[in-house]
Amino acid sequence: MNWDKKDLLGIKELSKEEILLVLDTADSFKDISKREIKKVPTLRGKTVITLFYEPSTRTRTSFEIAAKRLSADTINISSGTSSSVKGETLKDTARNLESMRPDAIVIRHSMPGAPHMLAKILDSSVVNGGDGAHEHPTQALLDLFTIREKKGRIDGLKVVIIGDIAHSRVARSNFFILRHFNTEVVCSGPPTMIPPDIESLGVKAEYDMNKAVRDADVIMMLRIQKERGGISFIPSVKEYSTLYGLRKEHIEKAKKDVIIMHPGPMNRGIEIADEVADGPYSVILDQVENGVAVRMAILYLLIGREA
Amino acid sequence: MKTLIKGGRLVDPGREIDAKLDILLNGNIVEKIDKNILDKGSGMRVIDAAGHIVAPGLIDVHAHLREPGYEYKETIRTGTMAAVKGGFTSVVCMANTDPVNDNKSVTEYIVKTARLEGACRVFPCGAISKGLKGEELSDIGEMCEAGIVALSDDGKSVKNAGLLRKAFEYSLLFRIPVISHCEDDNLSGGFVHEGLASVKSGLDAIPSIAEEVIVHRDIAVARYVNAPIHLTHISVQGSLEAIAAAKKGYGKITCDTCPHYFSLIDEATLGFDTNTKVNPPLRSRQDLDAVKEALRNNTIDIIATDHAPHEFTSKDVEFNLATFGISGLETAFALSLALVRDGVLTLKELLAKFTVNPARLLNIPYGTLAQGSAADLIIFNPAIEWTVDTEQFLSKGRNTPFRGWKLKGKNLLTIVDGKIVYRDPLFKKA
Repeated sequence: MNWDKKDLLGIKELSKEEILLVLDTADSFKDISKREIKKVPTLRGKTVITLFYEPSTRTRTSFEIAAKRLSADTINISSGTSSSVKGETLKDTARNLESMRPDAIVIRHSMPGAPHMLAKILDSSVVNGGDGAHEHPTQALLDLFTIREKKGRIDGLKVVIIGDIAHSRVARSNFFILRHFNTEVVCSGPPTMIPPDIESLGVKAEYDMNKAVRDADVIMMLRIQKERGGISFIPSVKEYSTLYGLRKEHIEKAKKDVIIMHPGPMNRGIEIADEVADGPYSVILDQVENGVAVRMAILYLLIGREA
Repeated sequence: MKTLIKGGRLVDPGREIDAKLDILLNGNIVEKIDKNILDKGSGMRVIDAAGHIVAPGLIDVHAHLREPGYEYKETIRTGTMAAVKGGFTSVVCMANTDPVNDNKSVTEYIVKTARLEGACRVFPCGAISKGLKGEELSDIGEMCEAGIVALSDDGKSVKNAGLLRKAFEYSLLFRIPVISHCEDDNLSGGFVHEGLASVKSGLDAIPSIAEEVIVHRDIAVARYVNAPIHLTHISVQGSLEAIAAAKKGYGKITCDTCPHYFSLIDEATLGFDTNTKVNPPLRSRQDLDAVKEALRNNTIDIIATDHAPHEFTSKDVEFNLATFGISGLETAFALSLALVRDGVLTLKELLAKFTVNPARLLNIPYGTLAQGSAADLIIFNPAIEWTVDTEQFLSKGRNTPFRGWKLKGKNLLTIVDGKIVYRDPLFKKA
């Protein structure tokens, strides 16, 4: 299996073989982060820019650490420090950055398709670090990596994703990745947060969270996307928490060895109770750890090998 | 000077004609239409139309010519040049200019500029409300005197149904139609159709009901005051069902759709190409099929372009930020000829939706060719294939999702008021 894509724009464009290649590559990188000297020379002399127009803690840090552990040079640009505040267009910013000859640009943007627009005009590899409510491919890859690691398999699992489905790029990318496997995928949330045609993506919609979690192998919780107007789709956060907050009682309905996931940032006491977030079923911090390995794999596949 | 158009097949739905007939023009008037008119007068110009189709000049009831105020997008000059290239001899221009066409001085400016610089006839549409704000009626009477042929706040719906009622009532005095842009902005607010594509792209979406609920409301209001209503750029099945049902009980309803609603669906937006961003948005396959069926069964009376030219930079941005609209005058007729090849309409039926039907709606004496009528006509050939090349556009707006499409059917010659205003390079000089 060879990787021949210049960019990683979404899961939608990936084949099952490409997805497994990323996971297997990540497997071999995971070990590096556990060594005393956490660095290999694989990307020495390469430059990675992270261009973030939306706030991020995990994704940006994770990409930066991934790049550094592979010996690439990294530069971070976030919206507060970028020329967008001076009125420069995204395309112009990207063209200017490209003139400094980076090898990869990781972009996060509030608008769907922004990375795709850049990929068309740049020679550098473009990595989608989240574009609006569209895709967050590295998150779905690290989620799948974590599921495979914890469960030893992907086929045959029931995965339940709960929350603000309509505004979630994490949900979309996970739907696109899970449909390559023999999984039962159920989404749950208030009907106002589940788009009408969601089942066309091969997932089942079950508004009743208590029914949705039944016999689940994996429960993935999402936060309300306040920045995309999520709050206006529900009467109150309190009511949301009552109806769609994950508590111990839900875990009891799931499989005995269920794992609980969350892409972060968590809103404790809203979509997830402390007892669950910190409980034995939670793999939330493993997701973060695996994120570094998966992003190392992506950077390696995109810019690490000689043509 | 006399001009003889010889040997062509004349298709004029307004007079139920489809036959090989010659047309003799005397100056700007049709002098005679007959079989085999002989070329005997000296100095008579003869145009050989053998092998081609001759038709009344097309009428577009919905275009944005952008002048005054947005001359960097289009001018009356460039817009009408694009129009005559596409086969149109009359164009209605919408009121969302800057300043808005809500008073007679703007109307007069448009009429005067069109007379001086326009390549074809231009009929301004006046705003329903001052500044398109939906608060108070614009200077309707004075604008009518200056030459408006219809009223519309196109670009948005009149949110206040009370004001809408007054507009319908007041329009009765001047016998001009109100053109409804149907969109409930509490339901819209997105960038693409809500459906199978938006669920994948995550783009904020516009559901079909945003159009449908206003179609219902506007028809109800018009009917209550017994005024004519024209619903423009109709794009969804639900709207068409509502219109078809309402037409049975009320005879003063007409509507139009645009070529992009029967040529493309929402899937086209998946690559985030901003040239596919248009309002109403490209809809579902099911909606496209419903539009075709409604064209066939005459629920849709008219095909309009909704020509919406934009400067390149307004489309060369993130999808969310890009302007809405398609530059349509130069592709509309060729795209529509596919309906004839696909068996949806006969050529005469198609031409009716471009000529006599719009003329009736606007109450203007064009769109058909008879002895004594204005010499507005086109010569086209439905078999000629060509590729849409935006570099060749006469419109300033090169924003089209049809770039690179191979189309079949080409306008070859356009005559407005007896003058040849467009001649395709493929059409030999007589």
